[in-house]
Amino acid sequence: MEASLAADFLGIQMKNPLVVASGILGTSASVMERCAREGAGAVTSKSAGPEPRTGHANPVTLAWNGGVINAIGLTNPGCREEVPLLRETHRRLRALGLPLFASLFAPSVEAFGEVARVIAEAEPDLIEVNISCPNVGSEFGTPFSATAKSAAEVTAVVRKAVKLPISIKLAPNVPEIGRIAQAVVSEGADAVTAINTVPAMLIDAYAGKPVLKNANGGLSGAAIKPVALKAVWEIAQMVSVPIIGTGGISCGLDAAEMIMAGATLVGVGSAVALEGPAVFSRINRELEAFMTQEGYPDLASMRGKALPQK
Amino acid sequence: MKTTVNHRSLGGIMRPYRVANVLRENETTHTLLFDGRLPEAQPGQFVMAWLPEIGEKPFSIHANIPLALTICDVGPVSNAMVNLQVHDRLWLRGPLGNGFELKGSKHLLVGGGYGAAPLSFLAEEALRQEGEVVACLGAKTKADLILVDRLTSLGCELRVATEDGSEGSQGLVTEVAQEAIDAFQPDCLYACGPTGMLLALADFCQQRGLPAQLSFEALMRCGVGLCGSCELPEELCQRLGLPGGWLVCHDGPVAMIG
Repeated sequence: MEASLAADFLGIQMKNPLVVASGILGTSASVMERCAREGAGAVTSKSAGPEPRTGHANPVTLAWNGGVINAIGLTNPGCREEVPLLRETHRRLRALGLPLFASLFAPSVEAFGEVARVIAEAEPDLIEVNISCPNVGSEFGTPFSATAKSAAEVTAVVRKAVKLPISIKLAPNVPEIGRIAQAVVSEGADAVTAINTVPAMLIDAYAGKPVLKNANGGLSGAAIKPVALKAVWEIAQMVSVPIIGTGGISCGLDAAEMIMAGATLVGVGSAVALEGPAVFSRINRELEAFMTQEGYPDLASMRGKALPQK
Repeated sequence: MKTTVNHRSLGGIMRPYRVANVLRENETTHTLLFDGRLPEAQPGQFVMAWLPEIGEKPFSIHANIPLALTICDVGPVSNAMVNLQVHDRLWLRGPLGNGFELKGSKHLLVGGGYGAAPLSFLAEEALRQEGEVVACLGAKTKADLILVDRLTSLGCELRVATEDGSEGSQGLVTEVAQEAIDAFQPDCLYACGPTGMLLALADFCQQRGLPAQLSFEALMRCGVGLCGSCELPEELCQRLGLPGGWLVCHDGPVAMIG
């Protein structure tokens, strides 16, 4: 019997567990619709903040040997402009049977609440709270994901501001990500997204300079898959809310491993650079073939398999 | 109408090249020849060119043996690049995107302004395959034309239009191209230039049932299909019969029409 890829995420029924990760092609209704048509199970819009931002100057992205490094710099039209874009995207995704996750960021704890209230007007199925972008430190200071205290403060403010389900997107470069996950869940997070990109830098030896215009950026792709697996594996042992496991997923086996680490959904980002949005249908095919071959009838039967047995 | 994905490449990390020669195309446009080549570049593909601490911009490939880029001074980054001297370094990642695919044996090439840059690479390849090439070049004035001598010396039949009539016929290159379609009866049209020119050509080719390959220019940031900056506006996609969410860097820059 063929395995089922159907996913239940906070009561939202999805065709498959693959989510277009935030920051990847989430810039317009048409391009998000394209990701949906090419096999994604859910789409996350690019993070919107309180005001429009052009982002950093080029170079902003490099396909480095082990993955991708980027410092796009949170380019976005501002949350007010984002609302009609999200509404139109939601209309199109709903017609295709897909949920829309809306990502947001802000420069202060209070501003997170204000941005969340504005974004909630578009009624996305989930608000993903990006407290972990590594590329804007010079402007915004230390990410709120750095400590359990600041992560919890943001969560509490967003929780108070909106009734919609919220997921907090965590950073990998912390000593105990499980404790941070616990802190955000205790303040009302419905889910946790892990991980954001890993702070990183490329230097060109011939130039003797950092390559990204912003000097440092976020590493993603194959290089960070083991980092993401460990983070999700730790979080899954500390909280019982669903996890969107993201980081270096580029094939069906990667997705299976992420679910075995405890993820309910699987974010896909950098793999889009290799083959475009068609990557979603390929990963789904491979995941289904693996599950069928190995006798997993559904995602639930595979979830958390790699966790220590209690 | 369809899109094809061929010659995919991630471009990889930046590779340093040295300028081996500089050809002056006109007042604002220089062709830089480099001391090496790209792996497997196809006409119509592009590279991202970087100068440390200055910036990075996309350029179509003028030639690959040796590698050459035609750079027009339109802003601070391209200004720094256009003024590079022999032995200076420029860093490149690429080739990126999907280029032209030669169809049939009678090829009509149309270039508008500095958009003509990738056409000499295409003409070279077409002539190497013993095809017949007619090239139409247009610009505002005679001083803005590029590649006239290059394409002539390669053996292309050339038709030129300038808006002020200072060279060739007075008017738009689209008018000259329409005449060339009637006279030459090409198997395919290949064009690069301003969006308005490409749309006019697309309409004309669609009426005639002539396949067209149009190379679009866009604001490019990641260059590898992740950031969404270079998405072709949805109304243009609809008009051209391209799927929505068409990315110039990933699906293009060349769109296959008809």
